[in-house]
Amino acid sequence: MGRRRFLQAGVGALGLAPLVATGTHAAWTRTPGAPFSNYGQPAASESGVIRWISANADVPGNGVSWTPLQDLVGTLTPAGLHFERHHNGVPRIDPALHTLTLHGRDARATRWTVAKLLRYPLVSRQLFIECGGNSNSGWLQEPPQAAVGWLHGLVSCSEWSGVPLSLLLEEAGVARRHGWLIAEGSDAFGLHMSLPLEKAFDDCFIGLYQNGERLRPENGYPMRLIVPGWEGVLHVKWLTRLEVADVPAMSRNETARYTELLPGGRARQFSFFMEAKSLITRPTLGDALAPGDYVDIAGIAWSGRGRIRRVEVSVDAGRSWQDAELQSPVLPLCFTRFRRPWRWDGRRAVLQSRATDATGYVQPAREALLAARGRWGYFHYNAVVSWAVDEDGFISHVYV
Amino acid sequence: MAPVVPASCLRGPSPWLVALLVLLVSPGHLRLAGAVSTEATKGETPVPALGERLDPEAIARLPQTIFPDGRGLPSGSGTVQQGALLYSRLCVQCHGPDGRGGSAPELAGGRSPLAGDYPDQNIGNWWPYATTLFDFIRRAMPMFAPGSLSDAECYALTAWLLERNGLWPQDMPLDAAGLGALHMPNRDGFDSQWPDRGPAHP
Ligand code: HEC
Repeated sequence: MGRRRFLQAGVGALGLAPLVATGTHAAWTRTPGAPFSNYGQPAASESGVIRWISANADVPGNGVSWTPLQDLVGTLTPAGLHFERHHNGVPRIDPALHTLTLHGRDARATRWTVAKLLRYPLVSRQLFIECGGNSNSGWLQEPPQAAVGWLHGLVSCSEWSGVPLSLLLEEAGVARRHGWLIAEGSDAFGLHMSLPLEKAFDDCFIGLYQNGERLRPENGYPMRLIVPGWEGVLHVKWLTRLEVADVPAMSRNETARYTELLPGGRARQFSFFMEAKSLITRPTLGDALAPGDYVDIAGIAWSGRGRIRRVEVSVDAGRSWQDAELQSPVLPLCFTRFRRPWRWDGRRAVLQSRATDATGYVQPAREALLAARGRWGYFHYNAVVSWAVDEDGFISHVYV
Repeated sequence: MAPVVPASCLRGPSPWLVALLVLLVSPGHLRLAGAVSTEATKGETPVPALGERLDPEAIARLPQTIFPDGRGLPSGSGTVQQGALLYSRLCVQCHGPDGRGGSAPELAGGRSPLAGDYPDQNIGNWWPYATTLFDFIRRAMPMFAPGSLSDAECYALTAWLLERNGLWPQDMPLDAAGLGALHMPNRDGFDSQWPDRGPAHP
């Protein structure tokens, strides 16, 4: 709809050939094109592909913006559409003044400028980042009606590049690999999180580049922590301080938040891994099918524990499942695309996808997740998502 | 307007520029720049070691993490009364009268048990450590001016919030010793999922 409106406006304004002119006869073949651009932007007719912002009225920098998963194809999220979760806005950091300091316990206090870090070996990995609070509307009693990205789009996938944290820990002489590393950002929230030193030595890195270019401000410029496969809040943005300690800081965001209250009153804490999950991204709510339509049921799957081994698709609310085709390469801790061709016969259907990861873990049904975790856990919701196609071909979000 | 590459660049770099670039990126230059730091190599493979070691003075100036046992808490103290006054000036507009919640989370009030059908997750019945409260207020609140409160003001606000949650007496000033020693009701209500035991099913 947006595109058609744009074309008509453009043609009307210029008073050129009618819309039927196509291919080599189209209006744009008769006039010189636009000049070069220093930094390319999406086509004007794609201006509807945006992050959906949901922020606090009194604190505009507190909230989230959602990745439009329903509009994207492939495994990498454009940097400008990577989801955001900020607690008090995006700081405007002067990279010439920003530093990273590593200290505490057995570390010899060491400080790096951004310019120095850029001279280290830079490793690259394609990794998803998912907010621990993604999909939390799944705990609601009634299914909210929105396209897949507006319910589950606090997950994105990028190629991140940066300096292995083990190099910096070794340079600072950290010898004992047991304990905690407290990571702190230099934003107006001063977000700080504790993570196990074992993980820090294993595969964490200081992210400096995203999809080949330096980080975007809203993704932590000039540097953020990358913690492969673990929950988003640990990937501390605008990273400025790392402190080695024997115990965690017990910061607000690892006690009062990002912990999960269970039935019976006890809570899970330090549940770092993002467990396997899959989403059908097309078709989605807002699409309309006609009887006999060919439908490419497609989507993404990922697991914080490694590779996706299998994705199954059901069109009958989980009564029967069929294997979807996985697009290669299937990389660990990265989005994996799946697809399953289908022809809609005009009768009510319920579409679902279910992922299995390399550990054998199977994405749970919503009922099973709720039975185990109750309704107040808020974080780490990874149940199978269901979309009903009614007899009119309209799609809605349902619980089964 | 966005900058464009000047036309002169299309002619290719001048010999002077080439000479300067060669000078800047020559290995000798890199070695010189790296020489100020320690351990430039380790065994056969060169390892970068470009960090700057901090002297004791710089280390003393580093921010102190506040730990749950009270380590890192600053000196100073504040009273419940001072905290109430500060709250009405700096916090009430978002957190509501008496901490009952508004555009920002509830800070005191609801006490439905964590095990119930509609649990409240407040400072009093949910937060495992009181040190977290002082730390969080000092680093992040009020949202429009984070980092603007003095240590004494943070103790006062912490004292008032603890008092509202039934965890601190009206007439006792709060300080590092008092805060570090305070045992929160839900202190032992959390089960660490680390060390990892594999995926929970589900
Ligand atoms: C402009 C609005 C605003 C003002 C003013 C404000 N806060 Fe907040 N506060 C927030 C928001 C929003 C959050 C939630 C932040 C988040 O989770 O991202 C919050 C969170 C908190 C929390 C943690 C609550 C929880 O459940 O985890 C505490 C404690 C707190 N504020 C104390 C204060 C105090 C004390 C003041 C006054 C000095 C204050 N706030 C002033 C907006 C505000």
